[in-house]
Amino acid sequence: MTSSLTLEGVSAARGGDRIWTDGSFSIGLGAIVGVIGPNGSGKTTLLQMMLGLLPVASGTLTVLGEPPRRGNPRIGYVPQNYTAEIGESIRCRDLVTLGRTGARWGLGGRSGADRASVDAALDAVSAQGFADRRLSQISGGQQQRVAIAQALVGDPDLLLLDEPLANLDVRHQHEIVELLRDVHAQREVTIFVVVHDLNPLLSILDGAIYLLDGHAHYGAIGDVVDSELLTHLYDTPIKVVRTAQGDLFTRS
Amino acid sequence: MLHVLAEIGYQSNWMDVLRAGFMRNAFIGGTLVAVASGLIGYFVIIRRDAFAAHALAHIGFPGATFAVLAGIPVTLGLAVFCVSGGLAIGALGKRVSNREVSTGTILAVATGLGVLFASLASANTSTITSVLFGNLLAISWGQLEVFATFTGGLAIVLLVIARPLLFASVDPDVAAAKGVAVRGLGIAFMLLLALAVTMAVQVVGTLLLFALVVTPAATALAITARPVFVVGLGTGIGLMAVWIGLILAVMFNLPPSFCIVTLVFCAWVGALVMTRTRRTQQSRPLSSHG
Repeated sequence: MTSSLTLEGVSAARGGDRIWTDGSFSIGLGAIVGVIGPNGSGKTTLLQMMLGLLPVASGTLTVLGEPPRRGNPRIGYVPQNYTAEIGESIRCRDLVTLGRTGARWGLGGRSGADRASVDAALDAVSAQGFADRRLSQISGGQQQRVAIAQALVGDPDLLLLDEPLANLDVRHQHEIVELLRDVHAQREVTIFVVVHDLNPLLSILDGAIYLLDGHAHYGAIGDVVDSELLTHLYDTPIKVVRTAQGDLFTRS
Repeated sequence: MLHVLAEIGYQSNWMDVLRAGFMRNAFIGGTLVAVASGLIGYFVIIRRDAFAAHALAHIGFPGATFAVLAGIPVTLGLAVFCVSGGLAIGALGKRVSNREVSTGTILAVATGLGVLFASLASANTSTITSVLFGNLLAISWGQLEVFATFTGGLAIVLLVIARPLLFASVDPDVAAAKGVAVRGLGIAFMLLLALAVTMAVQVVGTLLLFALVVTPAATALAITARPVFVVGLGTGIGLMAVWIGLILAVMFNLPPSFCIVTLVFCAWVGALVMTRTRRTQQSRPLSSHG
């Protein structure tokens, strides 16, 4: 296995409607990949196909060298609007634990390995300080950390994050980006991040899947951050500015 | 009015009444129902299905009056209607809280049907009253056998599915991605809830069902968030309310449902006041996030 995601002539459909077609590319292991495109272009659809939650309409898609399947323990997943969907009555630690034990039948106790893994995941996102509080009692940025801890708890090889920066202010966006950088440095994990705005993530992305005109493409980040491409992608004028530090910036 | 007040006053022979056979049945029945309700109540709240529990109780009402009309046991009529209603709600998949209007409409129609069946059966007022408000003092040995079977079955099934059900309840998207059968568990849960409602209706009645199925667990959840503790504490609150409520009912010649509901309500208010106080005492820079 040498690729995290390989598409060969893949098209995506939802409820009978084609969303995008002609996806053919391969992405290596260990990358941090952005998934970008306008609203409704099929970003979440791609993640759901990778998770085996949605069938591949046509073509061949392999994740970590295998066909997609539900319940793949090698994938950690944080859905969109994650915390909004969750009741306010659960402790952060219990939620993270469910990420590891939640699919098991019966009431058998957590093993020492389970506890250690939960603690390691909470440590990785610096969430130990509020792990025993309820999800409703912590801030949006902290909730996102807990969500990522839950995805990390099974030691996945691939992390799929759907809009982890949504509803966060600039400072908390930055904290999550730094967190992803740390997680990536400390664990052998490939990270796919669906984002609306590339800017906060530019410093850590290796490449991006962009969904444009009903097709899926992949490019290295230097090629994607291109004035013409981004202007076309978002259908609004976007400029690319190279700052003295060598950072790439896009702005309209 | 004076006559009524005199009837409700302190009963000096209450110790003797407590030893009567029907009181033994009431204690056993109340205990079984409190246990079943405590087990299921946590999941009702965490799934935000309280309205479904309420709706199921109302769907049970025509079941009970139809049973009177058809001359079959009331428990059977209740169970058939509640289980069918539960399966229908479960099969719809989406949470009931997202479908308040349609659920409320079905609830109203069910209640209307109940009234129709009751008038067709020319059921007397006391039959209807006991369905609407429960009649713990009239629980028969046959009903107890059904209660024991339901509570036992519910406990066993819940022990097996508790963890995936919790996962599917709080976090359905991730649970589905992890291979948990979210939809199947939702249907299984509605079945269990239907069994609990079938029993609880006979104890506290259609209109007061919340008092046993929802409020004790809500009270427990205000105090602790640990799932096992919530279930234990919620069951404990339900049990205390049933036991103390029955004794008070006999002591002062009050309807047991009234006593049970009032005790549960007091516990709930107490927990709310307690947690509010705790919250203002602690400095919480990050509170009140949705």
